[in-house]
Amino acid sequence: MRTFPIGGVHPSANKLSAGKPIEVLPLPDVVNIPLGQHIGAPAVAKVAKGDKVLTGQLIAEAGGFMSANIHSPISGTVTAVGPQVNAQGLRQPMITIKREGDDWVETIDRSETLIKECTLDSKQIIEKIKAAGIVGMGGATFPTHVKLSIPPGKKAEILIINGVECEPYLTSDHRTMLERGEELLVGVTILMKAINVTHAVIGIENNKPDAIAHLQKLATGYKGVEVMPLQVRYPQGGEKQLIAAVTGRQVPPPPALPIDVGAVVCNASTTVAVYEAVQKNKPLIERVVTITGKSVKNPRNLRTRMGTPISMLLEAGGGIPENTGKIINGGPMMGRAMVNLESPVTKGCSGITVMSGKDAVRREPSQCIKCAKCVAACPMGLEPYLMAKLAQKHGWDSLEENMITSCIECGCCQSSCPSYLPLLDWVRLGKQTVMGRIRARAAAAKAKAEAAKAAEAEAKK
Amino acid sequence: MEVLFYTILTLCALGVLAAVILYFVAQKFRVEEDPRIDEVEKMLPGANCGGCGFAGCHGMADALVKNDDISSLFCPVGGGECMKAVAKYLGKAAAEKEPQVATVRCGGTCEKRPRTSQFDGTKSCAVASALYVGETDCAFGCVGYGDCVDACNFDALHMNPETGMPTVDPDKCVACGACVSACPKHIIELRKKFPKNRAVYVGCVSKDKGAVVMKACKAGCIGCGKCVKTCPFGAITLIDNVAWIDSSKCKLCRKCVNECPTGAIKLVGMDPLPKTPKVAPAKPVVAAAKPATAAPAAAKPAAAPAEKPATSEEKSQTPVQATPVQETPAKEASKAAPAVEKTEEK
Repeated sequence: MRTFPIGGVHPSANKLSAGKPIEVLPLPDVVNIPLGQHIGAPAVAKVAKGDKVLTGQLIAEAGGFMSANIHSPISGTVTAVGPQVNAQGLRQPMITIKREGDDWVETIDRSETLIKECTLDSKQIIEKIKAAGIVGMGGATFPTHVKLSIPPGKKAEILIINGVECEPYLTSDHRTMLERGEELLVGVTILMKAINVTHAVIGIENNKPDAIAHLQKLATGYKGVEVMPLQVRYPQGGEKQLIAAVTGRQVPPPPALPIDVGAVVCNASTTVAVYEAVQKNKPLIERVVTITGKSVKNPRNLRTRMGTPISMLLEAGGGIPENTGKIINGGPMMGRAMVNLESPVTKGCSGITVMSGKDAVRREPSQCIKCAKCVAACPMGLEPYLMAKLAQKHGWDSLEENMITSCIECGCCQSSCPSYLPLLDWVRLGKQTVMGRIRARAAAAKAKAEAAKAAEAEAKK
Repeated sequence: MEVLFYTILTLCALGVLAAVILYFVAQKFRVEEDPRIDEVEKMLPGANCGGCGFAGCHGMADALVKNDDISSLFCPVGGGECMKAVAKYLGKAAAEKEPQVATVRCGGTCEKRPRTSQFDGTKSCAVASALYVGETDCAFGCVGYGDCVDACNFDALHMNPETGMPTVDPDKCVACGACVSACPKHIIELRKKFPKNRAVYVGCVSKDKGAVVMKACKAGCIGCGKCVKTCPFGAITLIDNVAWIDSSKCKLCRKCVNECPTGAIKLVGMDPLPKTPKVAPAKPVVAAAKPATAAPAAAKPAAAPAEKPATSEEKSQTPVQATPVQETPAKEASKAAPAVEKTEEK
């Protein structure tokens, strides 16, 4: 069975909610919708205080090439457009909508009937996906239409659907694959058409045998679609790891992208969203969120509208357990602890994990014993111990030489460290700083070039 | 015997040969360096702190000797005296700069700014602030893990366990700016050093609106602008909901200190002006009684016990209702407490 070649760890899966079918969470009375729910420029608000909006109506337009539209998840009145506290406690521009009923935009097809035929061409499909504001729902929130727009001179050869869900605890993709298999497969054919490939692979880790069997049975009806069981190993759901596992090809270090090896990767939930956008005109306004944790009374998978306060999800899971230490937005490996439970569900929020008691506390770090377990665990082939040390000593130039920008922040180094060193804390800080320096350098070079151009124009005059 | 003789002879010959080669090599590859650079370096403090913008004192000395105009170069550690001596030696005009001191512009002590979460990660301001808002609700205030203390080469910064924030020792601070660049929240500012370490500054950098600031911290600047109107020297500006006192214009008149409704304007090394009689006739008496305890060292212990009887919430909300129950001495103490907080908070 295939997997990616280097690094990785095997944390205990703890998929507590794997057997729970997706349920629909009652609509919230008030939603807060952040304008920056994706990688890239935040969207620009198109509504003002007092405006009436319908479910599925465009409320914020993409603020650049690398950006995505945002639609209203409920119908009601806009009560505020301005900064609100997000999950990290920082203030971020959001649109607040108070719900009045649930009236949808008329063009959206809300019926359950499966529409297999897609007569649109590649450009029209990408345009529809762009209009629906679809972004990668696995957590990275990369705008899907950008991913599907193949740059000139490059050619896609294979479409990979990411049904790996390697993050412990989370089961939203798993349940989506089981319950919406047909839609998923139609979504795959649409995506294949969009990027003009004849071969698609759905990668699923073999700890989800039911999903593999279900999709394998259904896939026989679709030409060129293959379901590939993969060996269980974290972080197989990482784009580059999945490409290596499925095709055996290595994506070169940044700024190279998966398209450079001819692969386009799309998350399973995103594929279902693509189906809904193209065939049913439905924008990305709801998603499946797993509410889970060992101490949670009723771990389950809930279909929620974007902007629903996370406290509502916790209540649906049976309330906040007594000895809760941390509530994490995402899974235990990649997620971030929250300080504000009233913060909203966003496009990239695949689960809420409640950690309690001893699980929630980090252990006391000691000295690095130079065992190099972190080096062996790093799926990107980096040296985390060295990068952590360099970040502490502000060695930004050497960090750049050591390819810190390749780090995917999966946390394998920290979880494998026998001394419990906070490696990821420092690596993340180093990565942020180095990225900032690279951006500053690019901006300075651009300004210099522009100044030279202006001077030249002046001289010509 | 013969063996020994030849050995010594060979070694001597080798030594002489090597010496001759080395002599010519040294002549060939000699680096001409201005001898004044070494002399100037000896005159500089030798702290190698990088406060001048160069990697160390040698780099600074090199620049001082090579540049004709040295008015833009300044050693914050040696100060004006050192620069004058160097300029005299080199026969150039020295830079004139008034002494500066690092100032921590945040008043969010443990009691003024409640902790709302607990940070489990690496205890570093840079790491914590890259991740989230910090242990309090204020996104602009001091994180309190002491990155500035680690950055200081002169032992001038220390964490105060009572307030959870760093304090600057103005006598040791050389204004090299290491802490300024170490602080991820940009709280620390180099301000003009007044005689006897006196200072008036706004102890808040929060750009949030007043209501948000008040919710997160009781000592924050709410951007009301009263101080701007009060200042007779035009030293105070209000940008992005936060006041800033230009220390080069400030004359330490202290009028703004009494105007500030939240006590965000800090006063160091001086007594506050007596408050205007219309507010409370008893106040001048309290203020006059203060000098006994107003010495910086004595004020803090005096302030702490005064605050303990009444919780901080009681004080701010219903000081008048709470006091009649207690006997007179306590009343005076509780009234005195806010005054102490405002003046000696830092």
